[in-house]
Amino acid sequence: MLEYTAPATDIDPYSPEFHDDPYAMYARLRELGPVVRLPQYDAWVCTRYDVVHHVLSTSETFRSGAGVGLAHLGREEHWRRPSILLENDPPHHAGVRAALMGVLTPQNIRRLRADLEPQAVEIVDRAIERQSFDAVADIATPFPLRAFPDAVGLVEEGREALIAYGRMVFDGMGPKNDIYDAVMANADDTVAWITAQCRRDALTPGKLGAQVHAAADAGQLTHEEAALVVRSFLSAGIDTTIHALGSCLLALAQRPEQWRRVHEQPALVKRAFEETLRFESPFQKFCRTSTGPTRLADVDVAADEKVLLLVGSANRDPGRWEDPDRFDIGRNPVGHLGFGTGIHGCVGQMIARLEADVLLGELARRVESVELTGEPEWQPSNSLRGLRSLPLRITPAPAGAAGGT
Amino acid sequence: MPKVTYTRVDGSQETLDVPAGTSVMQAAVSNGIDEIVAECGGNLMCATCHVYVERAHPAVLPEMQADEDAMLECVESERRENSRLSCQLVLPDDVEEVVVRLPESQL
Repeated sequence: MLEYTAPATDIDPYSPEFHDDPYAMYARLRELGPVVRLPQYDAWVCTRYDVVHHVLSTSETFRSGAGVGLAHLGREEHWRRPSILLENDPPHHAGVRAALMGVLTPQNIRRLRADLEPQAVEIVDRAIERQSFDAVADIATPFPLRAFPDAVGLVEEGREALIAYGRMVFDGMGPKNDIYDAVMANADDTVAWITAQCRRDALTPGKLGAQVHAAADAGQLTHEEAALVVRSFLSAGIDTTIHALGSCLLALAQRPEQWRRVHEQPALVKRAFEETLRFESPFQKFCRTSTGPTRLADVDVAADEKVLLLVGSANRDPGRWEDPDRFDIGRNPVGHLGFGTGIHGCVGQMIARLEADVLLGELARRVESVELTGEPEWQPSNSLRGLRSLPLRITPAPAGAAGGT
Repeated sequence: MPKVTYTRVDGSQETLDVPAGTSVMQAAVSNGIDEIVAECGGNLMCATCHVYVERAHPAVLPEMQADEDAMLECVESERRENSRLSCQLVLPDDVEEVVVRLPESQL
């Protein structure tokens, strides 16, 4: 029986209180120490930038293959086998990731812009017509839900199941609480649907999903692996971008002078999006597992222990960021951990940036001001942070009725 | 303190004091050298921090790994023998002087 002399706490990162104001809780956790024991979850928790960065950058000591949620996939039953991309370790991981990176080249991603732009125009057209709406339902959700599966080459019907599957993946990383039970309610149907869509014959030729299968033709993967890679890619790329877009719109709606700057200089949407990834990281918490006994900050971690990384806290660590609780599009947030870092750093991040640039850019050009018309509501989650609803009213710019650049 | 000189397309130069452990990219981005875009912030995902390494004295810069090599295939300007992604050029302790030439474009 291991005895722990490091500071321990019963602060619960999966509690409703934590969910209401994670940042206040992160501050309390950071004060306890760089690495703190969570006996309730049989895990260590890291809240400071330097330690989180270190763990993510040291994958040989802190691996993903035992699961990036609280469950230790080597020791317990889980709702699915480890993700071939997210929960895989070298050496197998390297080849799988390289195959996907070969499809997600910067040029390949830039080519998607021409498809995304008319979609953004349509969404902003409708928003300008309505003027008052829920930005989560009408902007932040429909755009990624169209853009991303289109890019991968999915069928049009049934795409809401992508959100359901994403929730299973992300909320399945937490304890088996009410949130977990709710997202697993239709597990079989959801898994069956998405598995079918990732097969070669279901994917549109020439799009990203088909290109992953082409990598299998070239011997970089098996075809079974290709389908799993497509599934992994799909699971990670929707909820996260929906949340990032919603949180960006919220942050700007709450700070009219920053919306004005973005409207006057739409190139600033890139900065606004990066700052959102720091300030309101969509993927807030996930784990690694130690591969052997190791010293982490001032603590001795034993082999095979879960280490919970609070990225949302690292991105607000005053040890790393000046005035971290201030959302500021003038800041250069390079180095934020919103996309992680290291060998598991978000493989879709350039697509996420492209989506944001296109959608937020279209809004920035055509909308003069944005205001909140009610309380935003946060979506309960075991690992994500994002809005469930965002009531807004927009004032179009005088020349803003016409679409396009 | 090591010095990194960035030579622009028009021939003008800017020299920065860059401590060991900092990358050529980070130094550029922190000092307003806009020709290095670094869209992905140093995650080897965007190929927009491309430089041509002209000099590194007396030490050698970190060796190129397979994933940087793969990403260099995606740079916008011509890939040359001395092409590197500057986010991977973390200055070692014993380097005194690094000179890099900036490419025509990153995007």
